[in-house]
Amino acid sequence: MPDRRPPHPLAELTRTRFLEFVREPEALFWVFAFPILLAFALGIAFRTQAPQPIPVGVVQQDGGEAVLRKLRASDGLAPRVLARDEVDVALRNGRVHLVVEPGRGATPPTYRYDRTRPESRLARLAVDEALQRADGRRDVWSARDELVVTPGSRYIDWLIPGLLGMNVMSTGLWAIGFTVVQARTRKLLKRFVATPMSRGQYLLSHMLARLAFLVLEVGALVTFAWLVFGVPINGSLVTLAAVCLLGALSFAGLGLLVASRARTVEAVSGLLNVVMLPMWILSGVFFSSENFPDVVQPLIQALPLTALNQALRSVMIDGASWTALGVQAGVLTAWGVLSYLVALKIFRWQ
Amino acid sequence: MIASVVPGPALRCAGLVKRYGAVLAVDGLDLEVRRGECFGLLGPNGAGKTTTIEILEGLLAPDAGDVEVLGRSWARDSRHLRERLGIQLQETFFSDKLSVEEILRLFRSFYPRGRDVDTVLAMVELESKRRAWFGKLSGGQKQRLAVACALVGEPELLFLDEPTTGLDPQSRRQLWALLERYRADGGTILLTTHYMEEAEVLCDRVAIVDRGRVIALGTPRELIASLGADHVVEFAVEDGATPPSLDSLRVLAGVRDARREHEGFAITTSEVHRVVPALLDALDTAGHRLSMLTTHSATLEDVFVALTGRHLRDA
Repeated sequence: MPDRRPPHPLAELTRTRFLEFVREPEALFWVFAFPILLAFALGIAFRTQAPQPIPVGVVQQDGGEAVLRKLRASDGLAPRVLARDEVDVALRNGRVHLVVEPGRGATPPTYRYDRTRPESRLARLAVDEALQRADGRRDVWSARDELVVTPGSRYIDWLIPGLLGMNVMSTGLWAIGFTVVQARTRKLLKRFVATPMSRGQYLLSHMLARLAFLVLEVGALVTFAWLVFGVPINGSLVTLAAVCLLGALSFAGLGLLVASRARTVEAVSGLLNVVMLPMWILSGVFFSSENFPDVVQPLIQALPLTALNQALRSVMIDGASWTALGVQAGVLTAWGVLSYLVALKIFRWQ
Repeated sequence: MIASVVPGPALRCAGLVKRYGAVLAVDGLDLEVRRGECFGLLGPNGAGKTTTIEILEGLLAPDAGDVEVLGRSWARDSRHLRERLGIQLQETFFSDKLSVEEILRLFRSFYPRGRDVDTVLAMVELESKRRAWFGKLSGGQKQRLAVACALVGEPELLFLDEPTTGLDPQSRRQLWALLERYRADGGTILLTTHYMEEAEVLCDRVAIVDRGRVIALGTPRELIASLGADHVVEFAVEDGATPPSLDSLRVLAGVRDARREHEGFAITTSEVHRVVPALLDALDTAGHRLSMLTTHSATLEDVFVALTGRHLRDA
């Protein structure tokens, strides 16, 4: 029909971006399968377990048998005999957390362990208590234990929002960085600017296409974490969706900026790594960013991934609402808007 | 708009200069393309054709010179011009995993006015491929799609940069037929090519470009007539004896001019029937043994060779 209304350019640009992406099986793997596999592996590695007995060693020498017997009497310890030349290796590998060298005659035993390892310090407390008790020490009193499980305190509960943030970042940056640079090397950008197409709309279509996937990729990971590990979402789903949306737009803007000048796929890969690696480490994906010194904290707080991860954890763990997320939302918006505007300004179209 | 009915050339440029570092790609080039004609820039690779056409398309800024397209300038009316021009770049690779129809719809969406996607598909005879992915198309089909994307905005002026390079003869003729139909509807074409045959078939007028300058301009017929002879006799002799001198060839009956070629000699003439017996005689007398002898009607290629001493394909 000749009088059919022509399609809207922004809608068509976004639609073709979307189609290009879903027709790329590798891209689908990295966006959907990879984060789920990662969450699964980390969830298994750091799963909450019943308290395990602490492995400790006893040096094979006179008096060793007696020490071994005393340690076996305590159910929190798993002692084993070690030849003298095995000791260093066993300690280094973490096969045992502490080694007891039995004393001779009236000399008390010697404990060998690394003080910087928390599990070794724990082993020292347990071993010392077991040996002293066996030799007749009596407790003055004994406290009553009240065991609790704090919901949302497990590592996996803390990890999943971080993985979610990391995924929003890396898929945004990779997907946009690659498609833009590929279009540039294929001279497609040049062909586009030879039409009346609006350049702003072209860049915007990349950001919009990202949102379509976001629903899928966030949904997949959150559902997986909930089903397999019972990771809760304590805040509202609407707030969570809004945080993800803002994060995705922010990183889409950054992706455009990273891809704005690069002429080759190799060049843009390098740039993307330079941008992403610091955030993987600094922004609290796998471990808390509180571990870094105070001087760098202002910098860390200004990173978009830090803001996104904090906002996601607030919503998923603390059940925070929008009003508590003003700072993070501000950081994300600033990154997104500024990156988009700078990208539009410096973009290499040919 | 009134501008579109004001008579005047479709395109005009004067004193165009473009440098890339020390290389002078375009060296003071003047052109005028009339409305409704098919105008060809013919020249070897590296002659500055692509640089020239990209300046005219508003994709490159010249270092010096004026460009006027449809009576407007790129500096002031870029958006307006983009809506009225169709452009095919020398090489564009659309996304491999988009279908012909999806790509055309996308390009159609950029233009406020234009042709229906179905209409354009029919024009370029790609209806049967409408759902095929770009990556699965043959070279000729890709090129027709590129032209379709240029036609979808119903342009008044079509720019084509080497439209049939790398295509097989059948695909080439298909594309020519398509361009003829666009011409028949009153469209104007500016194309670059290094195929003299293409220029002869398609173009009303041709500018021969070499080293960034126009070295000859006219209809293909005029340019060939400028040789003063409409046939070329090419021959080669076996190695051994001293080859015949050009002067000894130029004095033969009916010879207009003679020059050296790759592996032999070329003689331009209007009287093949007189030149060939005289040539055979002369070679025989001098003790040469002929290893090759051909004759053909003069072409734009011969014009280029006469002007530059080089061939289009290897200049």
